[in-house]
Amino acid sequence: MASQTPPNISLKIEFSGGLELLFSNQRSHKISIPSEVPKDNNTRLSPPDGSTKPADISYLVYYLRDHLLQERGELFEEDGTVRPGILVLVNDTDWELEGEGDYVLKDGDEIVFISTLHGG
Amino acid sequence: MPPKPCALCLKSRAMIKRPKTGQQICRDCFYYVFETEVHNTITEAKLFKPGDKVAIGASGGKDSTVLAYVMKTLNERYQYGLELFLLSIDEGITGYRDDSLETVKRNQQQYDMPLKILSYDELYGWTMDAIVSRIGRKNNCTFCGVFRRQALDRGAAMLNVDHIVTGHNADDIAETVLMNIMRGDIARLGRCTSICTEGEDTIRRSKPFKYAYEKEIVMYAYFKKLDYFSTECIYSPDAYRGHARAFLKDLEAARPSAIIDIIHSGEAFEVKEEIKATQKVQQTCQRCGYMSSNTLCKACTLLEGLERGMANAGITDRGTKQLLQVQQSEVTAPENLRTIPFFNKPFAASGSVDSPIIIESTS
Repeated sequence: MASQTPPNISLKIEFSGGLELLFSNQRSHKISIPSEVPKDNNTRLSPPDGSTKPADISYLVYYLRDHLLQERGELFEEDGTVRPGILVLVNDTDWELEGEGDYVLKDGDEIVFISTLHGG
Repeated sequence: MPPKPCALCLKSRAMIKRPKTGQQICRDCFYYVFETEVHNTITEAKLFKPGDKVAIGASGGKDSTVLAYVMKTLNERYQYGLELFLLSIDEGITGYRDDSLETVKRNQQQYDMPLKILSYDELYGWTMDAIVSRIGRKNNCTFCGVFRRQALDRGAAMLNVDHIVTGHNADDIAETVLMNIMRGDIARLGRCTSICTEGEDTIRRSKPFKYAYEKEIVMYAYFKKLDYFSTECIYSPDAYRGHARAFLKDLEAARPSAIIDIIHSGEAFEVKEEIKATQKVQQTCQRCGYMSSNTLCKACTLLEGLERGMANAGITDRGTKQLLQVQQSEVTAPENLRTIPFFNKPFAASGSVDSPIIIESTS
C-alpha cells in the first residue's frame, strides 16, 4: 500500500422517506467509523481483534443499527443488509451499481438511505 | 470501481439500475425513459382527450407528488390539452394529514394548479380522529378506505372534472393482486389491474403509474428534489397490506421483474361469465345516490352505525344485521342522524350547480 490508511473515515449519512423517524427524527448525520473493521461486522469490539476488512456498507448498516438507531431496528436491518424496500445511494448513485454491501467506504462519502415503504 | 457509462447515451455516468430491465443509466436518460413510459401508458390506454379536466388525487406523499409533476410535464411537452387540478382529502388525522396537506399546498404553488381540499368532517360530519376515539383502532382503516373512495368522487364532482388520476404504482397494484388472491376476492381480482375504471355513476378513474416501479418513483423524486411528505399514518397502517408488501419486496429482491410479472398475471385472469352472473349487481344507494351493491351503500351503513353507536354495522355481518333490525323496528328514522349529502355526478341532466367550486386560495 502506497499511503497509510487513516484510522478513521468520516461519512455523511442521510435518512429520508420516513426512515429518519427511527434515527431521532434527524435526517442528516455526520459519523466517523474505523477504516478497518472486523470481518464479522461486529461493531462493538474496539480495537478489532481477529481478521479485519476495509469498512464497507455491510459494516455501516450494522454500525448504524447498533449506534445511531433509536427504535425498531427490524425496520432498518434484516438478514445482514437493509430491509427490502430501502433504497441506498452512494454519492447520489444507486448502490446496486457500486457493489451494494461490498462497496468500500471512502473518507467523505455521502450515503443516503430512503424508505419506499411509507404511504404514497 | 470505475464509473460505468450509461447504457442508453453511452456518455454520462450511470447512476441508477432500472429494476424493470436491469439497465444501468444516467440521470438524464432516467428522467427521459421514466417520463416516456408514463406517456406511453397514457397514450396506449387512451386515457385522456384534449380539453379534459383532470383531478390529481394528491396526498402529499411521494407517488402523488411525482404524479402531479409528471402530469404537468407531459401535459406541456406533448400538448395533451388537459386542465389539471389537485384534489386532496382531509381525513382529519391530527399530526398526519394536517402535515401532509401543507405539502400539497406547497405543491399547488410549485406546480401552479388549483387545489380543492374536501374533508371527512365536511362530508360525513366525522373526522378520523373522532371515529377512532369512538371505535378504537380496530377496523378504523375500513372506515377510512370506504370514506376516502367516496370523498374523492365527490370532490371531483365539486370540481366538475371528467377524470381522476391517482398515484397507484406497479408495486401497489401487484400487492393488490396478491391480496385479492389470498382473500379469494374474485370480483376485485378481475378488476384490480385495469388501468381505468368507470361505472355509469362514477367519474373515470385511472392510474398512469400502473407500470412505474416504486423504486423509480422514489429515485425520480430524490433526483428532482421534489417536495413530498412521508410519515406512516398514526392509526396503524393497513396490516394486511403490510404483509403483502413485505412479501412483494422480498420477491423483488430475489427477482426485480416479479412486480411486473404479477401485474401481467393479474391482467390475464378472466372471470367466467357464469361466475360474474352470481355476483351482486351494481345499483345506487337509496340514501345518498352513490354506487352500491346493496340498497344502502357501505359509507352510509358505516356512518349510520357510527351515529347510532353501532360501529360494527358494515364491518361484521352480525353488526349489519343488527342495524337492519333496528331500522325495521322503527316507523321513521330518528331525525338527528347525520347522512351524506346526495351524490350528483358532474354534468347531470339538470345542469344545476348545486355545489359551487371552492378553490383553496393561494396564501
